Amino acid sequence: MRCGVVIFPGSNCDHDVYHVLKHVLEQDVLFLWHQDETIKSCELVVLPGGWSYGDYLRGGALAALSPVMAAVKRHAAAGGLVLGVCNGFQVLLEAQLLPGAMRRNARLRFECRDVHLKVERNDLPFTRHYRVGQVIRMPIAHGEGNYEDAAEALDRLEANRQVVFRYVAPDGAPDPEWNFNGSARGIAGVTNAAGNVLGLMPHPERCAEEVLGNTDGLALFRGAVEAAVKPLLAARGGAR
Amino acid sequence: MSGAALAEPRVDLELARSHGLSEEEYERLRGVLGRDPTFTELGITSALWSEHCSYKSSRVHLREFPTSGPHVVQGPGENAGVVDVGNGWVAAFKMESHNHPSYIEPYQGAATGVGGILRDVFTMGARPIACMDSLRFGEIDAPRMRSLVDGVVRGIGDYGNCVGIPTVGGETGFHRCYNGNILVNAFALGIARRERIFRARATGPGNPILYVGSRTGRDGIHGATMASDSFDAESEKKRPTVQVGDPFTEKVLLEACLEAMRTGAIVAIQDMGAAGLTSSSFEMASRGGTGMRLDVDRVPLREPGLTPYEIMLSESQERMVVVAQRGRQEEIERVFRRWGLEVTTIGEVTASGRGEIRFHGQMAADIPIRPLTDDAPVYQRPYAPPADLAERQAEPEVPAPPVSLAETLERLLTTPELGSKEWIWRQYDHTVRTNTVQGPGGDAAVLLLKGTPTGLAMTSDVNPVYCYLDPRRGGMQAVAEAVRNLACVGAEPVGLTDCLNFGSPEIPEVMWQFRESILGMSEACRELGVPVISGNVSFYNDTEGRSIYPTPTIGMVGLVPNLGNLPDPHFNHAGDRVVLLGRDRGEFGGSAYLRLLFGIERGLPPAVDLEAERQLAALLRGLVFEGVVHAVHDLSEGGLAVALARAAFGRGLGARLRVPATPTALFSESQGRALVACSPGMVDRVLEAAEEAGVPALEIGEVGGEVLEVEASGDVLRTEVARLRQAWATALPRALGL
Repeated sequence: MRCGVVIFPGSNCDHDVYHVLKHVLEQDVLFLWHQDETIKSCELVVLPGGWSYGDYLRGGALAALSPVMAAVKRHAAAGGLVLGVCNGFQVLLEAQLLPGAMRRNARLRFECRDVHLKVERNDLPFTRHYRVGQVIRMPIAHGEGNYEDAAEALDRLEANRQVVFRYVAPDGAPDPEWNFNGSARGIAGVTNAAGNVLGLMPHPERCAEEVLGNTDGLALFRGAVEAAVKPLLAARGGAR
Repeated sequence: MSGAALAEPRVDLELARSHGLSEEEYERLRGVLGRDPTFTELGITSALWSEHCSYKSSRVHLREFPTSGPHVVQGPGENAGVVDVGNGWVAAFKMESHNHPSYIEPYQGAATGVGGILRDVFTMGARPIACMDSLRFGEIDAPRMRSLVDGVVRGIGDYGNCVGIPTVGGETGFHRCYNGNILVNAFALGIARRERIFRARATGPGNPILYVGSRTGRDGIHGATMASDSFDAESEKKRPTVQVGDPFTEKVLLEACLEAMRTGAIVAIQDMGAAGLTSSSFEMASRGGTGMRLDVDRVPLREPGLTPYEIMLSESQERMVVVAQRGRQEEIERVFRRWGLEVTTIGEVTASGRGEIRFHGQMAADIPIRPLTDDAPVYQRPYAPPADLAERQAEPEVPAPPVSLAETLERLLTTPELGSKEWIWRQYDHTVRTNTVQGPGGDAAVLLLKGTPTGLAMTSDVNPVYCYLDPRRGGMQAVAEAVRNLACVGAEPVGLTDCLNFGSPEIPEVMWQFRESILGMSEACRELGVPVISGNVSFYNDTEGRSIYPTPTIGMVGLVPNLGNLPDPHFNHAGDRVVLLGRDRGEFGGSAYLRLLFGIERGLPPAVDLEAERQLAALLRGLVFEGVVHAVHDLSEGGLAVALARAAFGRGLGARLRVPATPTALFSESQGRALVACSPGMVDRVLEAAEEAGVPALEIGEVGGEVLEVEASGDVLRTEVARLRQAWATALPRALGL
């Protein structure tokens, strides 16, 4: 299956995502350039972490206006899979492919550490290999990951089951001490109403190989890759 | 020459002096030219002959370093040293100081320090994959110190995090000798395929010279000269000489340079660091044995009206000089433009051996290159030991612990010096690029070399108090400790870079410290088989007549042959047995115990037995390679007690131990020691291997529980690990008032 990793000027996790898809999951991967007008028939598009355009103005604000994002929006509207990690999540918010906004971390400092996430639903392509309520461990590394929205909007998000990952204590309990950026309701990752676009602040690509001591993130990519290929097979009448 | 047509100040001895040139140097310049220099020529020469660029006081001593070895691909003299790390890969690395700018403007000073060292690495064709920072601050209560700590940490974080290079290690110390002159030493390492290394040698007359990256402004003019001067109350006014960093441009420049290098159309490339366009162009031509003609009116400017003098000396950041193959510059230009960067042809390589600087067709400078670079003045400065050396080294009385052993340990562990540095490294991205197998907080950082079974280990070390008491021994100790730290993760050293921070070379005592440190380091390097492949000298670290302690910071890199058996730096299995390796000699000179608890800073620092260090390092590497040990941690500041506490902190696992030592000896800092923990069935193997290696070894107890208990000659150190850990972990933020 074909995966595209978008490079904005300032993306710095592009190679990391590419590595997981290409060398760990052995997929067909290509880089998409921010000025590309199409996504070159990719079934999964990943917006990687980094500091696109230096995060000048606001995290993800300028990247959301680049030509490739028009193509990404069309892909998302057609039900194609889109994953945004860290700065990629911020781009998805700025592009209004996902609801909400990011503020600076509550402690006003960049934070790099492992966090614990509770998986809220596993009926999405990205989360099919997790159990509901499962607590997984992933690294974060950001200064602007404090998810926020109006109370009614957050209520709506919860009612629609759009919260996918939440920061929790290692035992799975909600705990402000373990919500390092101060996100509203511990929200670490959200999806759109259709469930084909996912954004999260933690980095699944940084915990996808045994040698790094943690593989909790690999299942997310595996799920996306498997799911992306099925509609395609169906469209081709199952032939390969 | 037609330079007279440029409206520039007339140069005389007084003006030369205000540029930092001595009368002899000014006469030497006049001799080289056969006439009076132009204003631009004076500016260029003062920068190139500054201590920072010319190494004029240090050169004769730096020759002592062993610089060759089986792994060395490129030794000192290029932008970074290069070592072979196997499987077709090489690693380029270097450490550099950014002390004065960081004291004047901590955020930008530290940030641009990181930017500069990253460019030194990728200019070699290597992709940076790791940074470390060695920081020395003054006492936390000294004026401005809290804001300096905060500014430096934010500056390093914002820059490295944005470019996306993990900061995987380093060290942070606090001492009053840095109250008026902090140290920021930045290390970077990059990797490349062996055949893809680039060098900064401008060859091929007629080849065009391209200017790439940010536009040139007035920032940082005379930064190199500032770095070659002492501090005084006026230094605050030098803030405009500090450069401003733009990590986003750096990131784009990095990607564009690596991509442009793949075109094969680049002959040579160098970043514009200290002394900007002056040093980059003159050094490239000097290495290539060529000349250069530059039309500096073509240099893209941030604001109109810069003079050739200002253009040549600006230290605006994120700029590179590229020598292209004639006729192929378009291939290079295309890459840079794709990344949204400006690229301009500003001149060409010549065969003249001269630097010809033109401004709108008029000659601003026309000066032979070699006399300014390779043949710059070299000084054999007078050196002499300090008059009070005997007093400094007088054997100190060692008082017994002032309070209970547990409380004594807690007092040490809650000083900024020995407290956890987690507050700092949490603010650095240390996992980006997905190579970090062991990040900050251990003895050495370990990075995966993707596509191979091997790892790269790195550490940064020096103990300035040891160096103050005996610079030769201090220099040896820094190298030995770095080798030991690498051995703790099973790594064999392949090379080191240094950052030699000292006071004014014009003070004989400082020159003596410098020479002694180098002799000590060199001896240790030879004995332990570690070549020096790159480095940097930072003199004039003194404020109002007071010099910092000699601080020869070392960054050492090693190879881990197999990452599969990497031990932790902390206890990780209840029931494991703890074995203490090495011999204690009850040494307290310069120790944390005397210094931090009693304010005594006297005596000879611990002896360094290089043969014993070599044996211990080989033993540790062997034990790790065999997979016999679960945990390895070396003994350094604070001795056995501090090492045990830190081994317990990692997983909150305690231990019950018994050592045949006096209670005070728990804090002795004798060198060549380490702790290992292994399963009970492996104890015999560890003891046997130690005996074969000639390393004293003693089983001292068992890992387990939530309490650390150490019995020493009837006295007992007993402390709850979780509580002590909490006090240690929060010590630094508390001291900072956070």
